[in-house]
Amino acid sequence: MTKIKEYNVPFSKEVSSRYGGETIVLCYQCGTCASSCPVAKTTEKFNPREIFRLVLLGERQEVFQSNAIWLCSSCYNCQERCPQMVEVADVFFALRNIAAEEGHLPNMYLEFASALINDGRIVPVSKFIERKREQIGLPPLKSTGTDALRKILAATGFNNLQLKKEAES
Amino acid sequence: MTSYALFLGCTIPARLPNYEISARKALSKLDISLVDLEGTTCCAPPPVQSLDLETSLAIAAYNICLSEEANLDIITLCSGCFESLTVANETLKQNEKLKAKVNQILVKAGKEFKGSIEVKHYLQVLSEDVGKEKIKSSITRKLCDLKVASFSGCHLLRPSKVLKFDDPERPHVYDELIEALGAKSIWYRNKQKCCGGLLRGYADDVALAIAREKIINASKAGADCIVTICPFCYLTLDLGQVLMKSTYQEEHNLPILHYSELLSLTIGVDPKELALEFHKIKIDSVLNKIE
Repeated sequence: MTKIKEYNVPFSKEVSSRYGGETIVLCYQCGTCASSCPVAKTTEKFNPREIFRLVLLGERQEVFQSNAIWLCSSCYNCQERCPQMVEVADVFFALRNIAAEEGHLPNMYLEFASALINDGRIVPVSKFIERKREQIGLPPLKSTGTDALRKILAATGFNNLQLKKEAES
Repeated sequence: MTSYALFLGCTIPARLPNYEISARKALSKLDISLVDLEGTTCCAPPPVQSLDLETSLAIAAYNICLSEEANLDIITLCSGCFESLTVANETLKQNEKLKAKVNQILVKAGKEFKGSIEVKHYLQVLSEDVGKEKIKSSITRKLCDLKVASFSGCHLLRPSKVLKFDDPERPHVYDELIEALGAKSIWYRNKQKCCGGLLRGYADDVALAIAREKIINASKAGADCIVTICPFCYLTLDLGQVLMKSTYQEEHNLPILHYSELLSLTIGVDPKELALEFHKIKIDSVLNKIE
């Protein structure tokens, strides 16, 4: 049963049916993305064209096990230049969203999620900085809309992401 | 006087008081009034978009709603905030179905996205509202042969289809604003290339290697400093040079300034008021080039 289901819903369809992932099916593997990519020029661990090839071939496990999807620096250079109008950086967000739903996310991102839920901001303001702000004449920071944000996160199911990862560890 | 809702975001108030103070002082001197709104949150930049794109849209939309209620356009100092808020604002203005979906979420927080305001990066406010001529006429201190490697980073320009700030491959607006201050904006290799900042914390070695290349390219071209307009580019290049000492045993000592600092210094803000001690790489060599 499982095998048939996987066959009927190819990975590329799974990705293209998600918000952000729609355009992956337009990729014709020219490699403009890889040649425009600052990360691919620096490390062999990341090549957007190769990752897209794996998605189009249905290599779901390989894509998520390698962790390469987390090496995109979201600079959007590839997206500007793609002759097929593939929204490359956005497809990476869609791929990361699937990985996050399944609990495959780097710890740093889990920390961002916790900070967002707890403080409403992803970089905490230390007591040291609060004192410095006052000393140099910056106005006190206005309150953060943490309560409103928690209601939004509960409504979108974002809170479940964190629970899944915690259950896994 | 034009008023804007100042969207500070997370990184600037938490880590870069020198950026915030210089921007507040410069904009005030140029007759831009800033209103700090209650109840804002993180803008949902790429790290949050990586977790869930639709949640990110809702978070950005919530923050836009606060400005809609205050009937003010948003001004951002951070390119990350500019990108996430503009993408949400423009996407929801154009996509009724998505807007309805996001509003179903926002109603839980007592908000509704209407699409009645604009989001602007402060460079846009400087180039469109203030204008180069007014900046030039506000200058009280001359720059003596200051060669600037301008670095606009990624999210001021890209994705250009939505952000519409400048040409993504051959931008000129930012360089013109630098030259309006009396500095020379120089060409250097791979000027438009990303700083690698968003990989810090996950792949520090890759991020630092990308940043190193930028420092070397700007130095080789004879730059006295790099001038940035994004908190992440600034941190990656300023703090990055401290890490380059320990990782590569290299001392570059290339000053990194926020554009708002150079602007403040030239339009007569006292350097003592600018918390310049927050720079990891000291900027005295740049200060010495100001008359």
